[in-house]
Amino acid sequence: MTGERRYGQATAPATGAAPPRTLRGLLWRRFLEHRVAVGSLVALAVLALLALAAPIVEGALGLDATRVDLLAVKLPPSAAHPLGTDELGRDLLLRLLYGGQISLLVGLTAALGAALIGTAIGLLAGYYGGAPDALLMRLTDGVIALPILPLLIVLAAVDLSKLGLPDSLVTSENASLYRIVGLIALVGWTTVARLVRGATLATKAREFVRAAEALGAGHARIMLVHILPNVVSPVIVATTLSIGNIILLESVLSFLGLGIQPPVPSWGNMLTNAQELIWDAPVLAIYPGLLIFVTVIAFNFLGDGLQDALDPRAIKG
Amino acid sequence: MSRYIAQRLIESVIVLFVMSFVIYALIGLMPGDPVDLMVSANPRATAEDAARLRALYGLDRPIGERYLAWLGAAVQGDLGYSRLHSRPVLEVLWPRLGNTAALMGISFVLAILLALPCGIVAALRPRTGTDTSINLIAFAGISVPPFWLAILLIILFAVVLGWLPAGGMPPRGAGLGAQAAFLALPVATLTIVTVGGIVRFVRAAMIEALRQDYVRTAWAKGLAERQVVLGHVLRNAMIPVVTILALNFGALFSGALITETMFGYLGMGKTIYDAILGNDFNLALVGLLLATATTLLANLAADLCYTWLDPRITYK
Repeated sequence: MTGERRYGQATAPATGAAPPRTLRGLLWRRFLEHRVAVGSLVALAVLALLALAAPIVEGALGLDATRVDLLAVKLPPSAAHPLGTDELGRDLLLRLLYGGQISLLVGLTAALGAALIGTAIGLLAGYYGGAPDALLMRLTDGVIALPILPLLIVLAAVDLSKLGLPDSLVTSENASLYRIVGLIALVGWTTVARLVRGATLATKAREFVRAAEALGAGHARIMLVHILPNVVSPVIVATTLSIGNIILLESVLSFLGLGIQPPVPSWGNMLTNAQELIWDAPVLAIYPGLLIFVTVIAFNFLGDGLQDALDPRAIKG
Repeated sequence: MSRYIAQRLIESVIVLFVMSFVIYALIGLMPGDPVDLMVSANPRATAEDAARLRALYGLDRPIGERYLAWLGAAVQGDLGYSRLHSRPVLEVLWPRLGNTAALMGISFVLAILLALPCGIVAALRPRTGTDTSINLIAFAGISVPPFWLAILLIILFAVVLGWLPAGGMPPRGAGLGAQAAFLALPVATLTIVTVGGIVRFVRAAMIEALRQDYVRTAWAKGLAERQVVLGHVLRNAMIPVVTILALNFGALFSGALITETMFGYLGMGKTIYDAILGNDFNLALVGLLLATATTLLANLAADLCYTWLDPRITYK
């Protein structure tokens, strides 16, 4: 029940089994009512398991995902290559699975990083108020207003060795992975910061916080022990909803050649050459994008379902 | 009111100055510098030549000093030359600004024209088949990777059906029909990736407005559905929608960048992207600043729309 009404008529109460006794049980049942979200969770679990199973599939097929074979490019599906091969003769299925590992990893870690930054900024702004609040919220407004993609392209093009970072880090194979996670976390925290600030302002005024103050708890303790647990549910919803967006952003940057660098596959960089391939091997241009689409829409539905379960008063939007 | 506008304008100018320094510094951190490019073009140049050139162009001086020198020239209208186009930066950017305005403007208007009725219908009939289908389509629009959508549209309309060009710009002096053919796929891409978010905002705002007491009053005094929805609900629901639309200007520009790159459409987004990748420092800098300035203006415009839509809000 989301409390939505048509023209002010009360909605009929949901009927069903006896109400669950615990809050967790209640939340779980509310979540299960959102069938699309449940389906999405299952789909994501299957995708993640498949991606994690990439080495097993690799062994079972007796192939090497990184092996380039210029005599076997753009092959149609066969027993040896279940989805065929790409423009360099690598097995498409294995590339998709390994690419999935990267795309999901970037989505989850960058969302987590953004959530941490956003929660910290929102908590500090909401708790201290006054000048720190004004400053942090102006910063948030400023970041929200910027045209993010062109700026990310500049940031992704920055030569890290000019910043004085050690060469071992800059030239390591995973450098592009760390960089993209860091960059996206750096621009993606604004929604969480605003939500946490709002929830902190509301929680700060409640009696148990006043009681903790009266008992002599310090600022850090009040923020972390008393306020944080009460602002966590909007963070969970916003973070889940942001994963889809982050995966999209990663795929765009990788597609443009500024994200995950080959030979490491990601769904985005597998499409970099797609525009030349559409004439003779259109499937190569379709599969990676389809997986991005399915993953992103599943995370968005999941976030939507969590929102309904965790915040029954919220208007779906 | 005019004081408020003045204050917001000053704030925007300050943000723009901060951004100009940030972008200037970031571009200085990109691989290579103009002297590297000259030296690599001339095999006889020595390291001493490079150092002399750096001193000549002031590239050996600290970043703050270089920025001020650039700023001094910029406020006098000298924004430098584009390396890729061998023309003054503004001469390159003006026509492309127009192209982007056409692409973004048409897509934005189309997206709103599609989203308003969908969002309104979904809000009036929540939890019905109509609502669910609209919601599913909106989610699909939000979740589709724009560059992949562009590829799909190219495969369908340019490769398989052969109805529309796969990209590029119409030839000079082309008729309206030819221009529309070249715009069709980019506009379709940008509209599809924009419309889903707007549908969801319109729906949420409409549902919120439908709950208000004055809506019940409007029903109670016997107004027709049309009058209630258009006169009472929609007008109030538009207030949050307008904010979101203006705040989404940056996202729209990001979408335009991808669309332009995919279709070889000569707009601001593609120009900025090519300039960054091609080490065209002046062009990238000015292009990014123009994009930022436009976004800031869009946000200001949204604030001003408030007072027009909602007379209860007044600014000091």
